[in-house]
Amino acid sequence: MSSQNQDIEQLLKREYKYGFSTDIEQEILPPGLNEDVIRVISAKKREPEFMLNWRLEAYRHWLTMQPPHWAHVSYPPIDYQALSYYAAPKSKEDAPKNLDEVDPKLLETYDKLGIPLHERARLAGVAVDAVFDSVSVATTYKEKLAKQGIIFCSFSEAVQEHPELIQQYLGTVVSPRDNFFAALNAAVFSDGSFVYIPKGVRCPMELSTYFRINATDTGQFERTLIIAEEGAYVSYLEGCTAPQRDENQLHAAVVELIALDHAHIKYSTVQNWYPGDEQGKGGIYNFVTKRGECRGVHSKIAWTQIEAGSAITWKYPSCILSGDHSVGEFYSVAVGNNYQQIDSGTKMVHIGRHTRSTIVSKGISAGKANNAYRGLVKVLPGAHGARNYTQCDSLLMGDQCGAHTYPYIEVKNPSAIIEHEATTSRIGEDQIFYLKQRGLSEEDAVNMIVNGFCKEVFSELPMEFAVEAQALLEVSLEGAVG
Amino acid sequence: MNAAESLTPPAETLPIEAHRPPAWLLDRCSQAAAEFAQRGYPDPRHEEWKYTKLRTLKNQSFVTASHAPMLDAADLERCTWPDLPSHRLVFVDGIYQPALSEPGDLPAGVQITSLAQAIAAGAVGLETVLGTLVDAQYSSFAAWNLAQLFDGALIQLAPDTCLQQPVHLLFIHSAQPTPQIYHPHSVIQAGQGSKAHILEHHIGLPGAQGFCNSATEIHLSANATLEHTLLQEHSEASYHIGNLFIRAQRDSRLISHNINLGGRLTRHDLNVDLCEPGAEAVLNGLFVVGGTQHTDTHTRIHHRAPHTRSDETYHGIADDQGRGVFKGRVLVARDAQKIEAHQHNANLLLSDKAEIDTKPELEIYADDVRCSHGATIGQLDPQSMYYLQSRGIDREKARDMLIFAFADEVIQRLPLAPLAKHIEHALQTRLPEGVSV
Repeated sequence: MSSQNQDIEQLLKREYKYGFSTDIEQEILPPGLNEDVIRVISAKKREPEFMLNWRLEAYRHWLTMQPPHWAHVSYPPIDYQALSYYAAPKSKEDAPKNLDEVDPKLLETYDKLGIPLHERARLAGVAVDAVFDSVSVATTYKEKLAKQGIIFCSFSEAVQEHPELIQQYLGTVVSPRDNFFAALNAAVFSDGSFVYIPKGVRCPMELSTYFRINATDTGQFERTLIIAEEGAYVSYLEGCTAPQRDENQLHAAVVELIALDHAHIKYSTVQNWYPGDEQGKGGIYNFVTKRGECRGVHSKIAWTQIEAGSAITWKYPSCILSGDHSVGEFYSVAVGNNYQQIDSGTKMVHIGRHTRSTIVSKGISAGKANNAYRGLVKVLPGAHGARNYTQCDSLLMGDQCGAHTYPYIEVKNPSAIIEHEATTSRIGEDQIFYLKQRGLSEEDAVNMIVNGFCKEVFSELPMEFAVEAQALLEVSLEGAVG
Repeated sequence: MNAAESLTPPAETLPIEAHRPPAWLLDRCSQAAAEFAQRGYPDPRHEEWKYTKLRTLKNQSFVTASHAPMLDAADLERCTWPDLPSHRLVFVDGIYQPALSEPGDLPAGVQITSLAQAIAAGAVGLETVLGTLVDAQYSSFAAWNLAQLFDGALIQLAPDTCLQQPVHLLFIHSAQPTPQIYHPHSVIQAGQGSKAHILEHHIGLPGAQGFCNSATEIHLSANATLEHTLLQEHSEASYHIGNLFIRAQRDSRLISHNINLGGRLTRHDLNVDLCEPGAEAVLNGLFVVGGTQHTDTHTRIHHRAPHTRSDETYHGIADDQGRGVFKGRVLVARDAQKIEAHQHNANLLLSDKAEIDTKPELEIYADDVRCSHGATIGQLDPQSMYYLQSRGIDREKARDMLIFAFADEVIQRLPLAPLAKHIEHALQTRLPEGVSV
């Protein structure tokens, strides 16, 4: 620790020498992290004073923290001073107002990834807030949403336009001191999405963001904040793809959801970042903190995730059920192939009375992957009548992979009812045989069985995502059969 | 300096030296002493000790039991059952009591004796079984036990021997003015095709206080069948930390019953190594905590070889301000195919101040396996309560009946009826309205 401090001190001194803090024009900051870097990020975003102080406080706390080591993953230590903490797309000047102003090369890349921005936005009625590296470049349907009082914009824009909301809610669910990666994110986050649904409004369309990592050696630190006022409803989709790269990249995002009385937030993720090649070289490190708080009575937060990519996934979308009668849900499919490592799960913290939670986790391991479910169900003394049902199933494909289950259950209220079940098995030979004798090829048979295994989770996804997720699963498990 | 050293001043000599041990044994004990000195008490942040904090234990001082007090017949009567004939070895505060023991008639090839006596007599063949299974990576107390090795039971079953009566290893904790500490260490070696039931019985006399840090090593050779019952009835002021190490060879079978009723803070680690094909382990367990009791059980079943099976059933009951912890880990090694491992953990949480923490874990590196675990925490079924009350049974009695029935599911798995009956009686004293047995 002390040596790390020393390094940082040395860097601090060095950076001062170069007059780092004034270089606002720069598109990519040189590698390294210190208070000046944070000041630059904050200045580039023209953030108000409170944001800068908030970032600096998080940074100072981060310096005292150690990276978590308890997860069932292994990777070489990350040199946080070797990363660059800010990268803006090459298209200069102010952010474009509409699609026509977006750099065509950027749109082309999206097309290659199969994300036709125009098409999808128009045909599917989805407003897309596309985040290319760190700065939000295109936002559609904003006006239509604005008519209903819905705010859907990039985080930077929200800081400019709605500082009072940011100040009120930012960091109230995931504190900047929460964990190592959340603290890092709080210090250096560059952009993300902000959603505010006013009282009694049902968001008329699915809100969606496509994240993508592009520039070399840039950690991506997104921050998403979704607030659903009393009686509001929103469904938010997050999809991720990344181009093939050789070096491991760090991604430490933070997502905060806040549901007030009778509000309902549905958050769906399809994560398909580059998982590294077949030898386990490269791939994204996905260390994400996602947490929602059901603050109001009868509120509901549902997480659905399809985790197919990333070399390492460290992610536990959680629900703090503080409001009485609030509901938390977690549906997950995590697929690991080749050398992928996944340590994912959820936390359900029952605080309010008659709170309910459901956890359905499906893990698939193939190749040499290790896939762990790690979950916490905690019932505090005041959570009278709390109810939890947890089901974690693991499917093993191949004799070199691993499937693990680490559920933590802590109950301090005698009226709580907690159920947990877990199974681990492989695809039965008899199942394959049955399908093959009906004329299916082995590969199709396996796909069918895997889809059936995940059906409970897929059915929670919005329609267009569900289709994508099935295709994704097939691609992810390519070569795992036989 | 760590807490362990402050607890026991660095000894000039190890206790084992009193028995003039062979060099290998002295070596093993000093190595264990070094390991414990290095590890000290488990770090409160250690994952294996997440729910069990040892602050109160650390802050207490204990004296090592050097000689055992005389017990009268009434004391012994409390701890034995006339209707259960057995081969009995009695230890008081960890020290063997030949006068109270009755090994009885033993078939040829069966040896049941005090470990201290066997060492002092220069028994051969101990080198491969004594201290070989002890592993301190999850609990440094195992190393401490071996370092402080002084006495315990030694049971050796020659190939194809069979004991009709159970072996009753009775570890009595006497009432002393100053809290005592003792480290009983037992070794059970079941030869090929042998069969026995061993009852490891820890009991505290009224007023007993102190700390029992026990360790048991069980070696099962091919085809051996061993039932091991751990019955823990310490007094409410006592601490008990127990480590069991079991190594099961080809086609052997372990049936373990782990009944935890007493003690202020108790912790048991069952480490089962199924290291050859065909080995099987059945683990049954029950804990009942009330008052301010704290109990923690960790089971680790390691399927190292293909075609091994395990089946685990643990029930827990927490009332008053009691806290019960269960962690069951099933580990299937790479290439250990055709495994079947099932675990079931059910808990009753009966009071606002009580707490249950459970953590069933599966860690699997082979694909042709069938593994499952289930864990529940809840309270008495309101429908069953309603049914009983509608039959004219009052609320308290109905409650006690249901709790009793929940516990009895595990107790009934004991093959020794008098023992099961005794445990039911012990439970009944805590459930005054429960059914009579």
